Amino acid sequence: MRDLHEITLTVNGREHTLAVEPRRLLVDVLREDLGLPGTHIGCEHGVCGTCTVLLDGASIRSCSTLAVQVDGRSVRTVESLASGPDLHPLQEEFWDKQGLQCGYCTPGMLMRAVEILEQEPDPTPEQVREEIASNLCRCTGYQYIVEAVLAAAPRLRGGQQWDPTAGTAATVPTEAKA
Amino acid sequence: MTIIERRDVPPARTHGPRRWVGQSIRRVEDPKFLRGRGGYIADLVRPGMLHAAVLRSPYPHARIVSIDTTAAEAMPGVYAVVTGAQAAELTDPLPDFGPDPAKHTWRCLAVDKVRYVGEGVVVVVADDRYLAEDALALIEVEYDPLPAVVDPVRALDAGAPLVHEALGANLAYDRTFDFGDVDADFAEADLVVRDRLRWHRSGGQPLETVGAIADFDPSTGQLTAHTNSLSFTSYLFMAAATLRIPANKLDIRQVPAGGSFGSKLFVTKPLVIAGMCSRIVGRPVVFLEDRVDNISNCDHHGSDRVYDVELAVMRDGTLRGLRIDTIDDYGAYIQFGVGHHGNALAQVTGPYTIGSVRYRVRAALTNKNQQGAYRGFGSEVNNWMLEQMVDKAARELRMDPVEIRRRNFIQPAQFPYFIPTGNAYDSGDYEAVLERALELGEYDRWRAEQARAREEGRYLGIGLITAQERSVFSATEFWFWFDEPGAPVTSMPESVTLNVDATGGITATLYSCAFWGNSPETMVAQLVAEEFDCEPHDVSIVYHGSQGGLPATGPGGSRTTVMLAGAVEGASAKIKAKARRAASELLEVDPDDLEWTEGGFQVRGVPDRRKSLGDIAIALHLFKHTFPEDIESGLEESKVFDHPWTTMPSADRSDLGVFYPFMGHACHVPVVEVDVATGEVRILAYAAVHDCGTLVNPRSLAGHIVGGTAQGIGTALYEEFVYDDHGQLVTSSFLDYTIPSAMEVPELRIDHVETPSPYTPHGIKGGGEGGRMMAPAALNVAVNDALAPLGVRVTELPMTPDRLRAAIRAAEGAPPG
Ligand code: FES
Ligand code: FES
Repeated sequence: MRDLHEITLTVNGREHTLAVEPRRLLVDVLREDLGLPGTHIGCEHGVCGTCTVLLDGASIRSCSTLAVQVDGRSVRTVESLASGPDLHPLQEEFWDKQGLQCGYCTPGMLMRAVEILEQEPDPTPEQVREEIASNLCRCTGYQYIVEAVLAAAPRLRGGQQWDPTAGTAATVPTEAKA
Repeated sequence: MTIIERRDVPPARTHGPRRWVGQSIRRVEDPKFLRGRGGYIADLVRPGMLHAAVLRSPYPHARIVSIDTTAAEAMPGVYAVVTGAQAAELTDPLPDFGPDPAKHTWRCLAVDKVRYVGEGVVVVVADDRYLAEDALALIEVEYDPLPAVVDPVRALDAGAPLVHEALGANLAYDRTFDFGDVDADFAEADLVVRDRLRWHRSGGQPLETVGAIADFDPSTGQLTAHTNSLSFTSYLFMAAATLRIPANKLDIRQVPAGGSFGSKLFVTKPLVIAGMCSRIVGRPVVFLEDRVDNISNCDHHGSDRVYDVELAVMRDGTLRGLRIDTIDDYGAYIQFGVGHHGNALAQVTGPYTIGSVRYRVRAALTNKNQQGAYRGFGSEVNNWMLEQMVDKAARELRMDPVEIRRRNFIQPAQFPYFIPTGNAYDSGDYEAVLERALELGEYDRWRAEQARAREEGRYLGIGLITAQERSVFSATEFWFWFDEPGAPVTSMPESVTLNVDATGGITATLYSCAFWGNSPETMVAQLVAEEFDCEPHDVSIVYHGSQGGLPATGPGGSRTTVMLAGAVEGASAKIKAKARRAASELLEVDPDDLEWTEGGFQVRGVPDRRKSLGDIAIALHLFKHTFPEDIESGLEESKVFDHPWTTMPSADRSDLGVFYPFMGHACHVPVVEVDVATGEVRILAYAAVHDCGTLVNPRSLAGHIVGGTAQGIGTALYEEFVYDDHGQLVTSSFLDYTIPSAMEVPELRIDHVETPSPYTPHGIKGGGEGGRMMAPAALNVAVNDALAPLGVRVTELPMTPDRLRAAIRAAEGAPPG
């Protein structure tokens, strides 16, 4: 018989009570037990940040966090960002600036970006670059991720919400030509 | 020498003004990924699905004496335990294009002996991954360790331990090709520049590993598999044969891949393991590699080469001929043969008018994970080799590195240009790319800055390189190595079906597993919108499973956009032809009096007499009997688009024919500073100008340039799968295999020159691999430029601090240590 522990955790505002093995990883609870596949697994050893979620507002690596460690605490995942059809400004700007290619690092990157902008609502490009170095992306080379975070910053400072009537087929400027 | 007919150059095409091609629209793929609903392989759950895990070899080379699986089989929650020997009863060897598959047989699990650290030995199927891994810990394998062979040069020595006894040596392939009059070029040369160069192995290492979910239905004999392996469709029948099921009973369903960069190209091992297990247990089984599996037991480490190169040069800087002798370390198996060198031969002479090439390749087998594909597929290594040689020639001639390149460029008027190997370059304007790069990279300012820094004792270097990016492969590169069996030229098709529903809405169906972070859906949406004057985001894109699908090859060799563009163009033309006839019936005019404009057909010069695509579609869907007998209901057409320009090699292989003709080009200009005390390299600035013909989505292409350059920075400075002298893999996690973070990748300045291909739809050339095909060469040149005052020339990648310090110490004459 497996040794099960009862835990209660709040995920994206909803409280769950579960029985888990002590060794069960938070990422597996989120993905498999709670049906939230947005949190991905990249390296499984705490290096890449693909599995980043917010625990009581601070980013952690859910691949190297045990579910029993978060008993009584509150977790936010990428699934909390959009509300209905409306994307979060960070999601909007990642889309607009093409801050993703395969999308695999994106949920972790977005949650890290939420934290960065909560801690420093008006960062410099250098700060954003340094701060997102916590998370690896194998596709983009980071440049457009930095641009996206910088573009989202004023929108979040102003508390501005995305206007869904603006449509989704907007174009972004092509590369600057001399 | 056989004379090859070069007259069958395809007719040149022209293009009108465009509305959507060339626009950086938001990608249509992205919303699901942004919401965390990507639907990757790890996100798919089938009812009753079980989980497989693989026991890996801890030894680089050992006989398997015995395997005891009793305890694992008895463990609750375990459904099956399969050893390599048992797997060999149930499956055939994995598909292998290698020189002599029977002599280096490759299977999903090792039989009799293990040949590298990480090779799979036993697979366990259990209720979940935790239990499967628990069961692995209960398996007892007795090994009899054998001496390992790690260095590719020593592997070829007589008496080296044999990786495959059946081969009788570790040399899997050895051949020398001559293209052009090599001996004359070297005899007449004023100077022969020589070097030995070493490129160590790295790999794609996408953040998502490879996996497959297989679901075998014993009542029909059908195996349905979801996998993030790409390029599957065209060689699917080989995977079916391995599983011993008829090809028409294997259905591969597309799922998005979380990165590939070559490393998910035709990966059969996870599919075969999952398929075999599903057949045994009669339930769906997922096998998803963990990171250690993906680093140590994948199909796709990158190139691992030693080069001895000679470049024949005239005093005025003219480059005459190349003699290349390379040994490539393929690891324990050789699934793609030496196709990587075929790839290199597509552009072996770079953008230069070098007239002759001697190319010797020896493929060495060693006790390492095998080689496969990594962004560039061997051409990136050739680019690096050639640019190091050109750079060295400039130094020996005391010539400006810009000037020597300029002097040897193929000129715009010379296209289509046939290089000595026989491959054609369709078009280009290398001078324009160079000019723009010098400007964008502020070359002159940095040269002044470099001189100033030198006075302060700082070592700045500028790494100018000009190199090629071939695109749209024809599989010739995999088989022209062998005289027998001969094969006709391969066409590598790609297909699209366009369906216009009764409301005029358009759905495009794709037939290969095409998404890995590239933008096949966005490209198709933009191209369809271009044809039908609709919004790209209104086009629906779906993927057909392989079963009953049209011919499709999938991504690889920067082919996807060009090939999909051809298929969209062809299917659109058929749709428009039918719609024109229907409109002529509805408007009661001659079809020739109609013109396509703004999303419909109208009577020439009479704008109010028109039928939109929606008007036509509803009539075709619902009111077929108003049309003549031969017009059928509905509005759906398909196009199978074949490679637009490929020809046969000559029988004696002195001319390889046209196999990679749509030739991109780039100039990269990084500026680095080397800390000579620590060996650390810092990138101060980085400019990149690419020409891959007409751009479909410039932002998207720029993203691939930045991302590819970031990978090239990893290859040049940080990433290496290190096997120690005993064959132990010492970099089996991201802690030791160090992928660049945002702090190691600089802000790039990017621009494009657009020289449309005369022979492809819209003039598009492929561009997905370019960043990584340039950056390693550029950074090596930059570091050598920085260290030139010390007399240091680095000839080995990655340029880790310890390697740089060793080179600097050696130049200083100090004892190592
Ligand atoms: S998956 Fe958690 S840090 Fe890599
Ligand atoms: S978008 Fe692919 S890993 Fe970041």
